[in-house]
Amino acid sequence: MLFGYEWVTGQGDLAFAASILPMLLLGLVVTIQATVAGFFIAVILGLIFAALRQSRFRVVRYVTGFVVEFLRDTPLLVQLFFLYYVLPEFGIVLPAFMTGALALGVQYSAYTSQVYRAGIEAVPPGQREAARALDLTERRTFTHVILPQAIPRIIPALGNYAVSIMKDVPILSVVTVLEVLNVAKIIGDQTFNYLVPFTMVGALYLVLTLIASYLVRLLDRALPKTGLPLR
Amino acid sequence: MSEPIIRFDKVVKRFGALTVLDRLDFTVQPGEKVSIIGPSGSGKSTVLRILMTLEPIQEGTIWVDGHPLWHEERDGRLVPASEAHLREMRKLLGMVFQQFNLFPHMTVLRNITEAPIAVLGMSKQEARERAMELLELVGLADQADKFPHQLSGGQQQRVGIARALAMRPKIMLFDEPTSALDPELVGEVLTVIGKLAHEHDLTMLLVTHEMRFAREVSDRVCFFDQGRMVEEGPPDQLFTEPREARTREFLKAVLAPQE
Repeated sequence: MLFGYEWVTGQGDLAFAASILPMLLLGLVVTIQATVAGFFIAVILGLIFAALRQSRFRVVRYVTGFVVEFLRDTPLLVQLFFLYYVLPEFGIVLPAFMTGALALGVQYSAYTSQVYRAGIEAVPPGQREAARALDLTERRTFTHVILPQAIPRIIPALGNYAVSIMKDVPILSVVTVLEVLNVAKIIGDQTFNYLVPFTMVGALYLVLTLIASYLVRLLDRALPKTGLPLR
Repeated sequence: MSEPIIRFDKVVKRFGALTVLDRLDFTVQPGEKVSIIGPSGSGKSTVLRILMTLEPIQEGTIWVDGHPLWHEERDGRLVPASEAHLREMRKLLGMVFQQFNLFPHMTVLRNITEAPIAVLGMSKQEARERAMELLELVGLADQADKFPHQLSGGQQQRVGIARALAMRPKIMLFDEPTSALDPELVGEVLTVIGKLAHEHDLTMLLVTHEMRFAREVSDRVCFFDQGRMVEEGPPDQLFTEPREARTREFLKAVLAPQE
C-alpha cells in the first residue's frame, strides 16, 4: 500500500498496472513540482549570474565566471549530495524536496546564464549604435531596444532546459524525494515486479517530454522573430 | 566667416596598430553641406562615427558648436568627457546609417517617437504629430503603423532619416546612406536628402559613393585617403580639375564605368 492505494497482484500485469497508476501519477505530480521549482530557481539565478558577468568590476566578472564554470563542470549528483549531507553540518537543514529543487536550479542556472548572454549578444551591434545616436540612456536601450529583441531568442532556449530539468528530476530519488521513479522503485521493492512500474515510468516520461517539447515549439513559433512589438 | 560648427584639431584615431585618422584637421561651417569621398578604408566613415561618439579618439580635440566633443573643460584644462557631457553633445547630432539600424520590433511611428519621448521628454501627442510631419516630409505618412520589415530598403532608410530628424539635431551625418540599397531604390533616398539640403539650414556631412549626387548637393567635397584629407574644394573644381594626382586616380577609377 502506498499513498492510500492498494496494488492488485495475481490478476495479471494489466490489473497490476491499473492499480499502481494512481500512485505513479502522484509521483509524477512531485516530479512536475520539482521541475517547476528547479526551473524557477534556474531562471532567476541565471539572470543574476548573467548580470554579474556584465559587471564593470573585473573581480566580479571573474568570480562569477569561475562559479558558473564550476557549477557546469561538476555532476548534479555531487552538488545534490553536498547540499543534502554537508549543509546540515553548518546548521542548514532543508526538506529533501527543497534541497533537490535547489540543486537542480543551481546546476541549471549555469546553463540559463549562457542563454541570456547568447540572446543579448545576438542582437546586432547596429541596434546599440542607433540607440546611442538617438541619445537613449543605457537602461532605456536595454529595456526597450535589446531585451525585446533578445527575449524571443531566450524563451525557447529556456523551455528546452525546462525539459532537461524534468528528465534530471529522478536523481532526487537518492535523497528520498518521492518523485515518480522513486515511487516505482518502492512498488517494485514491495511486489517484486519491477518490469511494470519502470516501464510505466518510461512511458509517462515519454508522454510528458513530447507534450513539453511540443509546447516549446509552439511558443517558439508564436514569438515574433523581430522582437516583442512596441507600438 | 563665422565660427565653424565642427572643428577637428590634429585628431588621431587608431584601431590597434592601424592608424585610421592621422592628425586630421577639418572644419565645417554652420549650414554647410559637405561630402566626404574616398576609397574604402580611407577613414571617411570613421569621421562620422567619431562625431556621433560611437568611436573614441586617441589624440587631438574636436569642437562641435563651440564645445569640445570628447573632452570637458575643467579648471581651464581639457579632461576626458563624462557620459553626461557626451549625452549633451549627442543632442546636436543625428545619424543615418548604411544598414538603416531601425528598431525592428517597433512600428515606423514608434521608431521615430521613441527618442523624443524618452530623451527630450516630449509628450506622446506632440511626438506623434511631429513624427507624422516628418513622415510626410519623407513621403511615408501612410506607412506609420507598419513594421520595418514590411517596408522596402529605400522606405526603411527614409524612416531612418525621419528618426534622426525627430531629435532636431543641428548636424546630420549620413554614413553611406544608399550603399546597402538595390540600385532602383537609391533615387528615392537621394531625393529626400537633396530636399533636406536645399530647404533646410541643417549642417550636413555625407559619406557617399554617389559622385553625381555629391557634386549636385554639396557646397564642398573632401577626398580622403589613408587617414588623411588629401584634397578639398568646391564640387565643380574637385570633380573637373582636381589638384592632387591621388584624387585624379580615384575619380578616374570610380567615374570610368559610368561613361
